[in-house]
Amino acid sequence: MAEEKIDSADYWKANVRLITGCLIVWAFVSYGMAILFRPLLAGIPVGGTDLGFWFAQQGSILTFIVLIFFYAWKMNKLDQKFGLGE
Amino acid sequence: MSQFAINLLFVGASFALYIGIAIWARAGSTKDFYVAGGGVHPITNGMATAADWMSAASFISMAGLLASGGYANSSFLMGWTGGYVILAMLLAPYLRKFGKFTVPDFIGDRFYSNAARLVAVICLIVASVTYVIGQMTGAGVAFSRFLEVSNTWGIWIAAAIVFLYAVFGGMKGITYTQVAQYIVLIIAYTIPAVFIAFQLTGNPIPMFGMFSTHTESGVPLLQKLDEVVVALGFQDYTADVDNKLNMVLFTLSLMVGTAGLPHVIIRFFTVPKVADARWSAGWALVFIALLYLTAPAVGSMARLNLSTTIYPELAGQVQDEEAALQASIQHGEITTTDAAGFAAAEEWTDHPDIPEWMVTWAETGLIQFRDLNNDGRIQMYNDSADFSHLGWEGNELTVNNDILVLANPEIANLPPWVIGLIAAGGIAAALSTAAGLLLAISSAISHDLIKTMINPKISEKGEMLAARISMGGAILLATYLGLNPPGFAAQTVALAFGIAGASLFPALMMGIFSKRINDKGAVAGMLTGLILTLLYIFTYLGWLFIPGTNMLPNTPDNWILGISPLSFGAVGAMFNFAVAFAVSHATEEPPQEIQDLVESVRYPKGAGTAIDH
Repeated sequence: MAEEKIDSADYWKANVRLITGCLIVWAFVSYGMAILFRPLLAGIPVGGTDLGFWFAQQGSILTFIVLIFFYAWKMNKLDQKFGLGE
Repeated sequence: MSQFAINLLFVGASFALYIGIAIWARAGSTKDFYVAGGGVHPITNGMATAADWMSAASFISMAGLLASGGYANSSFLMGWTGGYVILAMLLAPYLRKFGKFTVPDFIGDRFYSNAARLVAVICLIVASVTYVIGQMTGAGVAFSRFLEVSNTWGIWIAAAIVFLYAVFGGMKGITYTQVAQYIVLIIAYTIPAVFIAFQLTGNPIPMFGMFSTHTESGVPLLQKLDEVVVALGFQDYTADVDNKLNMVLFTLSLMVGTAGLPHVIIRFFTVPKVADARWSAGWALVFIALLYLTAPAVGSMARLNLSTTIYPELAGQVQDEEAALQASIQHGEITTTDAAGFAAAEEWTDHPDIPEWMVTWAETGLIQFRDLNNDGRIQMYNDSADFSHLGWEGNELTVNNDILVLANPEIANLPPWVIGLIAAGGIAAALSTAAGLLLAISSAISHDLIKTMINPKISEKGEMLAARISMGGAILLATYLGLNPPGFAAQTVALAFGIAGASLFPALMMGIFSKRINDKGAVAGMLTGLILTLLYIFTYLGWLFIPGTNMLPNTPDNWILGISPLSFGAVGAMFNFAVAFAVSHATEEPPQEIQDLVESVRYPKGAGTAIDH
């Protein structure tokens, strides 16, 4: 019983750590690259405009997809490791 | 065959398909009516979620807003996709593990109080009804065009169809119908975009074509577009925004709103396992991204095509800009005008320069023209720019943003079947979302309010009846308010997201990630978020969106710190978090069994199927 408690606390901690990492990337591409840092990226041309514009209209969406699948894959592995899979 | 007949054929055929599927998968029990029996594959569920999610706002309205706002409106793209990231990580798997039907179910149980449940029901209804107003606006545009009636008639016809459709469906019918609707809407959206991207750039993939070279002028498409809009006195299409704070908050509002919207969350109750809830969110975003990656191309190309329709010489390499501007298309003699000087719809026809699509759209009243300087030509430009040296006396052509996507294939001279297809797609988008929302509203009233709080002994039949009556009431209210909407379809929908994000999202997230938040904190937080956000919105857009009742003009100088009413949801959410945290820490801890409940939703094992009541 006691051992299981420690296990589940570890599981939750690992989950929260993973979420934090993913959300940092999430915020970096959308709020960072696409909005706040756009003036800094103005020198990098992408098809008639700049990299910030590309991130705002394409890049951030593509990153979001990768993030969700990455999270699902990591979590399902974590479920197995902690014996919490269904 | 006339265009009207072709539209009718496509819309009719797609309807026959949905109704056929709905009958085949009819909801048998109340449980089926709400959650489709908990046995839907993640890919199927992802597709249904995408259809549920992509409404008239995404399909009909968003590219039009991108076209008019350029880079500044990128928030719609990031906000409405980035929300899935937080949904997938912060809410979906845990709510699936919790395993009940509705959002108020979770809030009521987690915060062990009927007051919290009631507040959640109110937040859900306010957000969903606002959302349906946006859908009615968009559906009204689609119906008025394809039935060739006025916009008001279009809205009422749409209301009748949405009502019939939702009332006889229920979730089970809707899940499979929505898969069909997704397929119709994505094909309808993509095909015209492929044609247009190929026409303009030679690259058939819209998301790449947008960043390729414009064939006619030999410069990159976006650079060409910048040149054209600047020549017409507008800001560069790709120009950066001055108020970054507002753009960040707007994006954030749409993201937390996505994660707080009941009709999307409810989708994650319908997969068999917690792991599937995670995959489902990913698949949903893949299917949504197919449209969202194409939308910016649709928007930019529509803006370019629209401008070069009016000023054909701006399309190529421009030697003499003034001459190109003066060579705008001509129109016939106008004899009948309304009080504001706008030409009557039937006056549009008698000149070879006027394209067919302008004539048909003129009948809906969503595109209007008046010859202010009586020069026999049409001028379309930024009204606040000064073109008096060219003899222009003001912008003469007004095009409603919401028609751009639907008119796009016509503007680009695509074959009639493509135009019929996009009408069917637009209607599918509006219907699928409106139906999902009505279901969320009706389950909140019949299940959370009546069955759980007022009369637990109500029969299944009585519950279904209450559900259907509340659907009827909700659609009447939304349609009435939709006749004078607070903005374009996507803007109204953005308001709904702000409301959901400010009220429901923080309560759901704290309910999972904090054991310390108690009933009082959650109720105080939700009320703060809801009331603050509504007050801010109503101040600028009118009480209950009734035109003329706003306290301050809705312009950037009047907004606090330049924060638009569309962006305020994020601020409301921050207040919600802060108040809930403060109140909870000032009062007692939640009881042990609630802390155990929080513990249990965090671990996937033993989720079982959605628990019946």
